[in-house]
Amino acid sequence: MHELLKRYGTGLTGAFVLLTAFWLLILLILPNLTMFESSFRPYLPVVDVGGPKDVYSLHNYAQILGNGVDVTLFGVTFPMPVRVKVFLLTIFWSAAVTVITFILAYPLAYYLAKVVSPKSVPTLFLLLFVPLWVSEVLRSFAWWIILSLKGPLNAVLTAVGLIDHDIRWIAGFSPVIIGLVYTYVLFMLFPLYNAMQSLDSNQIEAAEDLGSPWWRTHLRVILPHSKPGIASGAVMVFMLSAGSLLVPSLLGSTTSGWFTQTIQGIMMESSDWNTGAAFAFMLLFACTLFVSLMMRVFGVKLSDIAK
Amino acid sequence: MSAGIDLDNVCCDFGSFRAVDHVNVNIQPGEFFSFLGPSGCGKTTILRMISGFTDPSSGVIRIGGKDMKGQRPNQRPTALIFQNLALFPLMTIWENISFGLEVRGVDKATRRKRAEELLELVDLPNAADKMASQLSGGQKQRVAIARALAVEPSVMLLDEPLSALDLKLRQHMRAELRAIQKRTGVTFIYITHDQGEALAMSDRVGVMSHGKLQQVANPRDIYNNPVNGFVASFVGENNILDGAVQNAGSGMASFNTAIGTFRARIADEVTGGKVKLYVRPEHTLLSATPGAENSVPVTVSDVAFEGNFIAVQAQTENGTTLVAEVRNDGSATVPAPGTKMHMTFDAARAAILPNETGAGA
Repeated sequence: MHELLKRYGTGLTGAFVLLTAFWLLILLILPNLTMFESSFRPYLPVVDVGGPKDVYSLHNYAQILGNGVDVTLFGVTFPMPVRVKVFLLTIFWSAAVTVITFILAYPLAYYLAKVVSPKSVPTLFLLLFVPLWVSEVLRSFAWWIILSLKGPLNAVLTAVGLIDHDIRWIAGFSPVIIGLVYTYVLFMLFPLYNAMQSLDSNQIEAAEDLGSPWWRTHLRVILPHSKPGIASGAVMVFMLSAGSLLVPSLLGSTTSGWFTQTIQGIMMESSDWNTGAAFAFMLLFACTLFVSLMMRVFGVKLSDIAK
Repeated sequence: MSAGIDLDNVCCDFGSFRAVDHVNVNIQPGEFFSFLGPSGCGKTTILRMISGFTDPSSGVIRIGGKDMKGQRPNQRPTALIFQNLALFPLMTIWENISFGLEVRGVDKATRRKRAEELLELVDLPNAADKMASQLSGGQKQRVAIARALAVEPSVMLLDEPLSALDLKLRQHMRAELRAIQKRTGVTFIYITHDQGEALAMSDRVGVMSHGKLQQVANPRDIYNNPVNGFVASFVGENNILDGAVQNAGSGMASFNTAIGTFRARIADEVTGGKVKLYVRPEHTLLSATPGAENSVPVTVSDVAFEGNFIAVQAQTENGTTLVAEVRNDGSATVPAPGTKMHMTFDAARAAILPNETGAGA
């Protein structure tokens, strides 16, 4: 602060602080607090707002428990509210997306950080960035075209002779998973790359010199060193996936309900912002809880991620 | 358990740059062998070729008589101690030391026991459960040695492992390394640019320059009988005089220089070419009266008191600067600058040497 004052003077420093405070308070904290508050109030006609019916309750949150459906898991069938099912599936598939992006990004990050000559890294990064020049909507549509029944993917696979009849890719959750992995894989790659790049190459050589095969060097030296990178990548990919609306809407099939779509339906189609807010906060809390749980399991501290 | 190493005409090219140029040397089992040279002379490349991280462009490397071609570092009976030690920061000390055993599938209890034995050997008990970041430089050094010894290598390769330590600790670790080498009997190959280290620790020293091995000999011979000008000037100090050989014969020759003609030793193989006269400062004598031969009048220009010796800079009549070192036995008189004296040296202690092997070739 003192440093800032000395460098920019009172006027400019004041402007910085005020603008940041404005952004934080007015654009972030206040709207969220308003939403949080309204999530406890009933959805009422305008005339009743502030009236005797406008009381705080958990009614909106309880809405998630309506409409039971039968769910079969490991051969056991039991009833479950449909929204809870969508909620759990969203978390499960977001976790799956996180794992898949990690599996894809790890070898690539290792290749970029430790194998390829540093001279060609900028070029390779450029190649990775090029798809980001196209908007996310267009990229998702592109996947929709690629995956369609008479689309290029089936055509190529048939031509190569791998399949003899077209596969219906846009079914269940697979197109959503493909779309989310494609959209968010770079959010896993960059923190991983940063973490691996900070590893002293001598450590890798030392492990090999002591007789370690490549997989053990990864397991015992490279992977533990990359843990903070994996953690921040995983948090980002998981949160972004669970909160994604565009990809599930564009690439979803009839059987791939994403919880964000449920929230959107309530807010936009039923115009019930109170229940929508309640659902949104449930998703936020559940994801935060899940992430903290995972960080606990893998022994990652918040300060590691902040790096 | 130790093995000898043969380097047979080994070359290593990086693009058009030849880092190692036809190196031939046989290192005996159990020997403490140092490669000594300035940075960029190719000594680290030799080490990396022996450990398997770099492949020779041509030539054969044998460890224990076995050709190492195609053998990965994890298949070779060598253990490398890196310049920055490369301890694993996320493992405890005992896990660091026993990593090589973990790789070999040794069970945890045995590993722990072995790690503690090795910590005892390197004189660092009670450190097993610490992390590397909690240890001092010298202690990390010992852990790195223990980690390398744990895999019972036939050959230990050390890449300037003492360069990060302060002077006192460095001198202590020299003796320590030497003792560990004697105790274990493992062949040590030591890379350094510090001539003091190389001379003090090694059984034999290989002096390198520009990728070529200049001389391989025991430390005494390296210092007393350097084969060429590079070795003479890289190892220790020298007064170097330009001139021409006259009347060579039976190992002695006269050497004509701008400040007079001197008699000095000359190797039989030195025939013409560019040669110079080398005299070590501690082999010269300053006196008020001229000596019988190899004496030149000088004027003292500068005196540096170094503690155990006194370095006297003196100029001849034509301005050539010569250096004499006078041992400080407690009563040595220090000549004042401006004093006119005579500098004399023994013909047997002066050598006429060719320039370095292959320089500029």
